[in-house]
Amino acid sequence: MCLFMKLNPHQWVSAHADYLYAFAITRLNDEELARDLVQDTFLAALEKTGNFEGKSSERTWLTAILKNKIIDVYRKKSSGLKTTAIMKAEPGQDDFFNKDDGHWNKEHLPQAFGIEDKDHLVSKEFEQVLKKCMQKLPALWMAVFTMKHMEDEPTDTICTELKVSASNFWVIIHRAKISLRACLQKNWI
Amino acid sequence: MSHLRNIIYNCKQATFLIEKKTIKRLSFRETVELRIHLYGCSFCRLFGVQSRAINNMVQELFRRSMQSNISLDDDFKRNLQERIEEELKKN
Repeated sequence: MCLFMKLNPHQWVSAHADYLYAFAITRLNDEELARDLVQDTFLAALEKTGNFEGKSSERTWLTAILKNKIIDVYRKKSSGLKTTAIMKAEPGQDDFFNKDDGHWNKEHLPQAFGIEDKDHLVSKEFEQVLKKCMQKLPALWMAVFTMKHMEDEPTDTICTELKVSASNFWVIIHRAKISLRACLQKNWI
Repeated sequence: MSHLRNIIYNCKQATFLIEKKTIKRLSFRETVELRIHLYGCSFCRLFGVQSRAINNMVQELFRRSMQSNISLDDDFKRNLQERIEEELKKN
């Protein structure tokens, strides 16, 4: 019972449920799924109390369990699709650049958004457009993008967890940004 | 197409290197190629600025949604804690 001196499951819900819920919903954008994952996280944690070494806080430990569950969701969402299908998920994917010399095609030339210099102070309207554009990305791209740029996970970990090759990882990182930027240009300007 | 011409025209490769650079150190050759390209290409320079801005904005979006008061309803929480108590009794 000594481990309960560090872990206190009787207080888990009141202490951490809202935090874990916000964490999940930020990454998955699905309320019901987020609720399920919070519940699964606590139940899985109860099974693993013996693994808790007290090196991290209770919240950090629970968040790590939730993170793994989120990765499972990413993996499920993107599995079943062949890599080629994922690459073609967005129509006009290959039209951004000229096939022969790699130059921007005219209709996709980057144009200024007018907000580039106002870092961190983004209008509500732009934020909405950004959210919509993020949701349009194929699940696997969003997963790779989020794990790299938001969670700062090592590239190797992402490749292993999401079962993508190293070369595909770079292709996805590139295309995700090209698509996201193009979507913002199309819907904002 | 000569190699230099290829570097100057290839925006696909330049934007690829811009993204790669945010994650990994570029090789000497890649660094030189990207510099040469950006020197002459205002579109890719703009892309680079926007790419960084997008990363910042997405990070900000994540940070803010963690701080906002998203919360579970009380019924769900009560049920969940009861479920946990039941599991605890089993052990």
